[in-house]
Amino acid sequence: MAKIIIPTPLRKFTNNQKDVQVKGQTVIEAINDLINEYPEIGNNILNDDGSIRNFVRIFLGDEDIQALKNEDTAIREDAVISIIPAIAGGIS
Amino acid sequence: MAEVTFSKAELERYSRHLIIPEFNIEGQRKLKEAKVLVVGTGGLGAPLIQYLSAAGVGTIGIVDFDVIDDSNLQRQVLFTSADVGRPKVEVAKERIEAQNPFIQIITYNTQLTSENALEIIRDYDVVADGTDNFPTRYLVNDACVLSDKVNVYASIFRFDGQVSVFNHLHEDGTRGPNYRDLFPSPPPPGLVPSCAEGGVLGVLPGIIGSLQANEVIKVITGIGEPLSGRMFIFDALSFETRTLNLRKDEKNPLNGKNPTQTELIDYEMFCGIGQENGQTANVKEITVKELESWQAEKKDFQLIDVREGYEYDIANLGGELIPLAKVEKAVNKIASDKEVVIHCRSGKRSADAIQLLEQKYGFKNLYNLKGGILAYADEIDQSLAKY
Repeated sequence: MAKIIIPTPLRKFTNNQKDVQVKGQTVIEAINDLINEYPEIGNNILNDDGSIRNFVRIFLGDEDIQALKNEDTAIREDAVISIIPAIAGGIS
Repeated sequence: MAEVTFSKAELERYSRHLIIPEFNIEGQRKLKEAKVLVVGTGGLGAPLIQYLSAAGVGTIGIVDFDVIDDSNLQRQVLFTSADVGRPKVEVAKERIEAQNPFIQIITYNTQLTSENALEIIRDYDVVADGTDNFPTRYLVNDACVLSDKVNVYASIFRFDGQVSVFNHLHEDGTRGPNYRDLFPSPPPPGLVPSCAEGGVLGVLPGIIGSLQANEVIKVITGIGEPLSGRMFIFDALSFETRTLNLRKDEKNPLNGKNPTQTELIDYEMFCGIGQENGQTANVKEITVKELESWQAEKKDFQLIDVREGYEYDIANLGGELIPLAKVEKAVNKIASDKEVVIHCRSGKRSADAIQLLEQKYGFKNLYNLKGGILAYADEIDQSLAKY
């Protein structure tokens, strides 16, 4: 199973887990599996049309998926996917 | 320009730099010649300004419009209790001048805006962004890209830190990625963690701001590999660190394939901030003075507090605690046969709760406490702790 690392601002949607094991052959399948498990996180990652929102980036290992095949990038069983949100400071 | 020289006192002060072979007096000379603008004199600004000053950066500009507040002292180690109420840039200047009398500090006791940003940034070589909100993040980024300045970026939230060097000039004359390549637009205000979900571990800006100072010094002196085209991520809880590779986005409106933006814009509007206020304006309101008189005349009404339990523990007005996320589940606890005053910290969450209850459940008897418990602490009961 692949692993998705959850950043602290989104952990309130994953019962405070810092990573979640997910199933899927591609990045988007893995993300959808995460959203299946924790529906409330969905709005923070995907637009209504299923594309990645402008204020989060998805990395496979150290690489931005936009440098790969975007949401359709194939992933291995031991893949580590990171969600990187825009953060601005402690009060905003 | 005249050759940069050092006095005996300066040579002695900077000797631990001068004896590093790859740094030496050349690196020190570059620092002395450099002009760095630090935007924000808060948690990140404290270590940034202190280390840049100690290192011998010749000219440091600091921009901040804020005054020092008690709640700053948990992380803004440049300030002391005695400084509360004084302008941040004024106190910072005093501290820095005492720390290093051989450098020049220029203060801007003003908010960086679309009107003044290009003018202020123009005189500097490098900008270090230590601000705390999305509109200023985009403003600093865009101003740096439009003025061909390097933007050394750091950002923190709760336990997470990010550092990168944006718009770095490469040897072939091209520029590295900038903030817009990474995040084309900010989260809409509703998704941005509210005051209930904010906060930051006090030591985190110390760690991240020090890394930011390190990158500023590398950019100026040219030693090592600046964090350009990469972003460092730090999770203080798990102590996991990663360095991710960034890429340029050809759709970047500033310097992508078909640039559409050639000047600074209205960043509050870009971040959707004006719209948020518009939404909260159309619920019924009550002032803290009216609430006080209702309490004094023992009027029969219900007071509901939609903050979180840990906020209630800091200060409360004795209201019934129903956190915003649980309002729908507790809807049968909310009276419909008398006036109900709903409050939070500053009035935003309670307005959201009222909108939800009015639209979905048809309540007509709900009043938002204008300014929340903060206003109550200011105007009615000074013994309440503000946070």
